[in-house]
This record gives sequence, C-alpha cells and structure tokens, in this order.
Amino acid sequence: MSEYNIREMIDKKKGKSGNAAIEKAVPIILLIITLVSVLTTIGILVTLLTETVMFFTRVSPIEFLTSTEWSAFSSDPQWGIFALIMGTLKITAIAIVFAVPVGLGAAIYLSEYASDRIRRLVKPVLEILAGIPTVVYGFFALTFVTPLIRGIWPEVNLFNAISPGLVVGVMIIPMIASLSEDAMSAVPNSMREGALGLGSTRLEMVLKVVLPAAVSGIMASIVLAVSRAIGETMIVSIAAGSTPNGSLNLMESLQTMTGFIVQVASGDATYGTDTYFSLYAVGMTLFVFTLLMNIIAQWFSRKFREEY
Amino acid sequence: MELINKEQVSKKLSGRLMVNKVMKFIFLLCTLVGLVVLATLLIDTILDGWRYLTVDFFTNFSSSRPDNAGIRGAIIGTLWLMATTAPIAIILSVGTALYLEEYAPKNKLVDFVKINISNLAGVPSVVFGLLGLTLFVRMAGLGNSVLAAALTMSLMILPVIVVASQEAIRSVPGSIREASIGMGATKWQTITRIILPASIPGIITGIILALSRAIGETAPLVIIGIPTILLFTPTGVLDTFSALPMQIFSWVKLPNPEFQSITAAAILVLLFILFLMNSVAIYIRNKYSKRF
Amino acid sequence: MTLAKVKEETDMNTVYDTAVDSRTQEMNSIKQTSNAIFQAKDFNLWYGNNHALQDINLDFNENEISAIIGPSGCGKSTFIKSLNRMVELVPIVRTEGDIVYRDQSIFDKSSTVENLRTKVGMVFQKPNPFPKSIYDNVAYGARVHGIRNKKVLDQVVEKSLKGAAIWEEVKDRLNDNAYGLSGGQQQRICIARALAIEPDVILMDEPTSALDPISTTKVEDLMHELKKDYSIIIVTHNMQQAARISDRTAFFYQGYVVEYDKTNVIFDKPKDQRTEDYVSGRFG
Repeated sequence: MSEYNIREMIDKKKGKSGNAAIEKAVPIILLIITLVSVLTTIGILVTLLTETVMFFTRVSPIEFLTSTEWSAFSSDPQWGIFALIMGTLKITAIAIVFAVPVGLGAAIYLSEYASDRIRRLVKPVLEILAGIPTVVYGFFALTFVTPLIRGIWPEVNLFNAISPGLVVGVMIIPMIASLSEDAMSAVPNSMREGALGLGSTRLEMVLKVVLPAAVSGIMASIVLAVSRAIGETMIVSIAAGSTPNGSLNLMESLQTMTGFIVQVASGDATYGTDTYFSLYAVGMTLFVFTLLMNIIAQWFSRKFREEY
Repeated sequence: MELINKEQVSKKLSGRLMVNKVMKFIFLLCTLVGLVVLATLLIDTILDGWRYLTVDFFTNFSSSRPDNAGIRGAIIGTLWLMATTAPIAIILSVGTALYLEEYAPKNKLVDFVKINISNLAGVPSVVFGLLGLTLFVRMAGLGNSVLAAALTMSLMILPVIVVASQEAIRSVPGSIREASIGMGATKWQTITRIILPASIPGIITGIILALSRAIGETAPLVIIGIPTILLFTPTGVLDTFSALPMQIFSWVKLPNPEFQSITAAAILVLLFILFLMNSVAIYIRNKYSKRF
Repeated sequence: MTLAKVKEETDMNTVYDTAVDSRTQEMNSIKQTSNAIFQAKDFNLWYGNNHALQDINLDFNENEISAIIGPSGCGKSTFIKSLNRMVELVPIVRTEGDIVYRDQSIFDKSSTVENLRTKVGMVFQKPNPFPKSIYDNVAYGARVHGIRNKKVLDQVVEKSLKGAAIWEEVKDRLNDNAYGLSGGQQQRICIARALAIEPDVILMDEPTSALDPISTTKVEDLMHELKKDYSIIIVTHNMQQAARISDRTAFFYQGYVVEYDKTNVIFDKPKDQRTEDYVSGRFG
C-alpha cells in the first residue's frame, strides 16, 4: 500500500474551498429566516389593527364595547361584542370546570401513583387525544354527546353550550395532564421522601407537599388550557350554534368569537362590508384575550422555573 | 404528659390510608377518562362510517347526493397542501432553530424573538387564518390556492417545529461540538456533519407531529375560503383545492342523516392518516431517544 | 521574535523573579537544542471581569511532553484551550498579549483559526466520540478537510488507530458505533481521531480523569509512544501522572505561572515554596 501524506493533502486543500464565504453567509441567511417569525407577529398585529380601525370608522367603538347584542346579518345590525364574549366564556367555563379536576387527577395519578408500565401505556393515549383534529371533536360533540345530553335533559337545544363545552374540555385534558405532570415530576424527590418519612400517606404527601411545590407550573398549564379553549374554533362552530346572545343559559344555542369568524368566512362576506371588517374586530378581541392568557402562563412558568 | 397519643395516631391511620385508597382510585378514573373518550369516539365513528368506506368513496368527487359522494378531491388536495407546507415549514423552522441555538448572540433582541415564538404558539388558528386571508389571499394575490394555504399553515406550525428542533439541537452535548471544532472543522461543517445528524430524529419527530396538526386543521382553511365542492384536483400550487378536514366540516353541517355516516367515513380516513404519521413519529422517537 | 526581546519582556516581570530567572536560563538551553513550538508572551485572559490568566510567559518544546499542573481553578484548562483558541467559544472571553506557534502569532489574521486547529489537535477531559461508527469518527477530520478518496481514508483510519494502540481491539468492528466501546477505548478512539489529520502538537486536557486505572496506564503508555512524532502538552490534576510522563512541568496557581522547569526539578527541588507545598500535597 502506498503511503499518502495526509498533512500535505490537507494543506493543499486549504484555501481553495469556498468555506469562508459559506461561513459568512450562513448566519445571515439563518437570521433572515429567524426574522420571519417576528414578521409573522408584526403581520398579525398590523392586519388586525388596520382592519379593526376600518371597522371602527363605520361602527362606533362605544357600541362595540357597550352594546349587549350582536346581529351582523340582520337588516339593522348590532355590534355588541359582549354577546360573543359571553358565548366564548360559557364554553370556556364548562371546559375548564370539567378538564381541570380530571386533568389534574390524571396528572397526580401519572406522576405519583402509576407504575412505569401504566405511564408508558397512558401517555401515548393522551398524545393521540391531543392530536385529534378539532373538526372530528366537533362531529363527536354534535352526533354523540349532544344526543346523549338530550336523552337525559330533553329541554336542551340541539345547539347548546354544554356539549361543545364538555368536548372542548376533553380536548384540553391532555394539555393540563401532561404539563401538570411535568411540573409535579420536577418537584425533587427529597421533598417527597421527607413527607413519607414522617408517616404521611401518599395522598397527604401529594396534597401538602407536591401540589404546593408545583403550583405555579400547574397554574401555567391551566392558563394555557384556558387560552386554547378561548381560541378553539371547529367544535363550537359545529356544535354550539350561531345565535350570539349574552344570556347565561347553557341549554340554548349561542355563538363564540371564533364561531362568528368561521360563520362569516364560510359564507360570502363581501370585501368592504361592515361584516367583513367585523371579522377583524372580533379577531383582534380574540387575539387580545389569548395573548393575555399566554403572558400570564409565561409568568407562571417563569416563576416555576425560578423555583427549580 | 405525652404530646403524641400513639393509640390515637394509629386509630386515625387506618382512616387516612382508606382516604388515600379512595383518592387513588378517583385519580385512576380521571386518567381513564381520556381512554374512555378516545375509545367511544373511535367506536362511534367506526360504527357510523365503515359501511361507506368503499372504493367509490375514494375515487368519487364530493357530491350533494350521498350515493355519489367521495373524497378524491379532498385527499388529493390534502396531499398537495402537505407536500407544499412541509418544505416551507421545515426550512423556516429548522433555520430558525439553528440560528437561535448555534448563532444567536445573547441579547435582548434574541430574547424577544424567543418570547415571540412562544407567543405565536398560543395564537388561535383562526387568527392565522385572518393573517393568511389578508396577506396571502388578498395582498399577494394568491387567491384560495394551495400556496396561500400552505404559507398560512407553515407560519402556524412554525413554533411547534422550532421548539422541537431547538430541544433536539440542545440535546447534542457540547463536548461533541468541541471535538469537531477542535479538529479545525468550521462551524457550518460541525452543524451539517455532527449536530444535524445527531439531532435529526428529534427534528423529524417534531416535523411529523406538526404536520399532523396541520393536516387536521380546518379553521384557517375556512377563513382563507377554500371551496368545499370541487370537481377537479389541483395541477399546481397556484390552483385552488379542497382538503379532507374542509370536506368533513362541510358535510357535518348537512341535515341529511346519510351524510352523517359519510362524514364519519371521511373522519376515519383522516384519523387513519394521523395514526400512521403519529406511529412513525413515536417509532423514531423511541428508537433514537437517550443516545447521549 | 528575538530571544533578547523575550528576555527583556520577561525581565520586566518582577513579581516572580525566581521563576522568571529559571525560565530564562532554561530558554537559553532550549534555543540551543530545539525550537520552541509554542510560546506564550505576556498572555492575559479575562472571562468578563475575572482575570483568569495573568502575564503568562511559557515556551513549549518540540517532541516533548509538557505538563501543566495546579489546583482546580488555577487557569490550566483555560490556558491549554487558549493554545488552539478553543477558549474563544466562550463569548465573554478577552485576551491580551500573544501566543506564538512556530514563529507565527496564533491571532495573526493571515491564517484562519481552523488552520491552526488542524495543526494543533486536542483530546478532551471526557471521551467525546461522535455518535457515528468508529471508522467515521477517525475519518472525520480528513473528510472535513476535503479528502474523499476511500483508499486514502482507509489508510488514515488504520494508521491512526494503530498509532493510538487500539487497532487490534477494533479492527473487526470499524462500522460499529463508537458509543459501544468502553470509556478507555473511547478515549483512545478520540486520540486516533486527533492523530488522523497528522497534527504537529497534541493538546490533552486531563485526558485520563474520566478513566479507570488500567485505561489510564494504556493512555499514558501511548503518550510515551506519541512523543516520538508529536509534541504533547497535557493538563493534569494528577501530580503523579505529570511526574511519570512529562519532560517539563509548569505549575499554575491563581492564574499565574509560579514555576516552570524540568519535571524532576519541579518535583524534587522546586524553587518556589508554593510549588513545593503543592507537589508535596499540602494543598490542591
């Protein structure tokens, strides 16, 4: 075998490659790509703001904020966002009331009681549940849950808050369960051993040591889930109806902010009409709500990270 | 006087243990809720829809008559959408993740970019739909085309892939980077030859999971104005198209009970595609996890 | 750089005059016998506000093993990483003074840092093979520097693995992942990987600190072999190791070079009290 002089070969290769140019160009290209995400945010803000301003040149913002009636399609349209917010809140409230106890219970079971085998079995199920498209959940709400509820309480309307509310709850359970479990798992074992060593039962340890220690992480998961529920679109579009109202009645048809946007978009909202611009005013309101929730969630999770 | 009455403690203990047992059972039930709902949803949909899963169902276009209704346009449209979304999303997200992990200086601007990305992850999909409608459909003049929808979807799933890719890149130990740099490899050589190959399983898992979110996403498509009844398939990215979730949404609203079963059949197809994608993702993750 | 200037500069250093004297004398003898491959000249380094290396003046000789010892945090790792400019991967690092490699400053803009690192190889504290096959690990450097010919790569891999005394153990499983090897074997793969691009100098940053005694012996034996063809600079926290393997030893303390001399001098008749305290195990 003839000997190759590697050193010589390497030295010869040096300098004639375009390496230096690539090394200089790559960070610049990647930076430009990275800025796309910033541009997206700017795009969202500018889009929503300009069209919302257009809306407010046609409809008084005072009416938007103070009227309690929303009827975009009537001959005498009313633009009180309150009716849509009420719809969103009803759905979100039902979802949270259902999902928080169940999700937390599951998180406690998975983090503190379950064997590794059960955990390995259940976690993928939660992931699948989280991955089911919301249009499928909507179908499930309308064709399975609603008839079930109406079988028990015949006075419930075909479109109501309960069924989509519960199904939105199902949708956010995996989120609460897995994020809260992460938070509880981050609690150091030494704290658990301390409690168990004093003769606490496992339940007492969970309630008095683990939950208080993980509380900011759990709060973050709940707030994020609220944000998801507020922004949820297809389930409510399919199963909640399309009659905006400000009532607290859970049995009758309603409309959420997201439901309204879909209703307008799937019909033909002619460009330039009040209804068209109202899409963005509602979108802006929705965006503000979810952004607030996300900021709160980030505050909680930063607090949690600082603790551990 | 004793401070602790041992007899009383042990008497109370059995009660405490009982409560512990009961609560453990309740926690177990909570865990099973997800399982039960998933099973119910699947069984209900299968019972409802399996009869319609015929060859005709896959080869027919959408129709207002239940006997002729099929998902050919929807499936091909969805494939077009995914095939267009994937490259755009991958370039944007992996590029962003590489910049943030490998090149970004530590300063306020980069912190802002990171916070911005996590905020984008929380923006509802309808809002992305409004962005797509204004920016791509109207301003860029792309109309309700595959490209307009793919760009919207790409921006929507960007945070998911960025975060997954960042985690995968971060899991490559610094010592390996040092080894490569220490041999005179340049930064970009180290990235392409060491860091990307080592983190690619995590990145691919993130991409598949993000795409499986995009494939079932309906709201942005509705807002962009994707048609539901379309009797042809796209031949390019500038053509209009229909998509599976869009088709499901339009059928679900029809009062005819036969359409309920057809909707269920379309859902089964969508869920099957999702199941396949998730299986691949989980397989990759399990096969390559914990290598360092 | 003339010797006179070095002397002049070192003479300015009045704080450690004893060390400086001995080194200056030493340098005269070095110049007569062989060339210094690395020379640190009034080298200072800061991590932010932390002055980690202060006025380092050291010369390392060709085909010798030079050891750097000192307690944790004395700057010895920082210093060895300065020699191939790996220390600059930490963004807050700032340096002053100069390090000369074969008559050229390593900070000279006319040559790239990558170029320096192909000539100055490094072996790290913990074995850090790439998550690739043994073959791909060793061939990595050659490939990065543009060599794709399979025959050449085969030869590089075999020669380097032989050079690192691990060829016999792995020749039948070159395509296996390097992670399947023991820690000691992994470290010798890393040495082979460094040898593959035929460097001039090999820097070793506590190369045996993560290894068991038997693997340590193997690596130390290997270093004796490598000395014939390479110059080696090794950082070690293990004084016995320095005594066993090195020709010269520098004692670092709190960012300064306290004493630098032939290894037997450092261990038997150190001039500085602190050196004596350290090598006799009174602190560190």
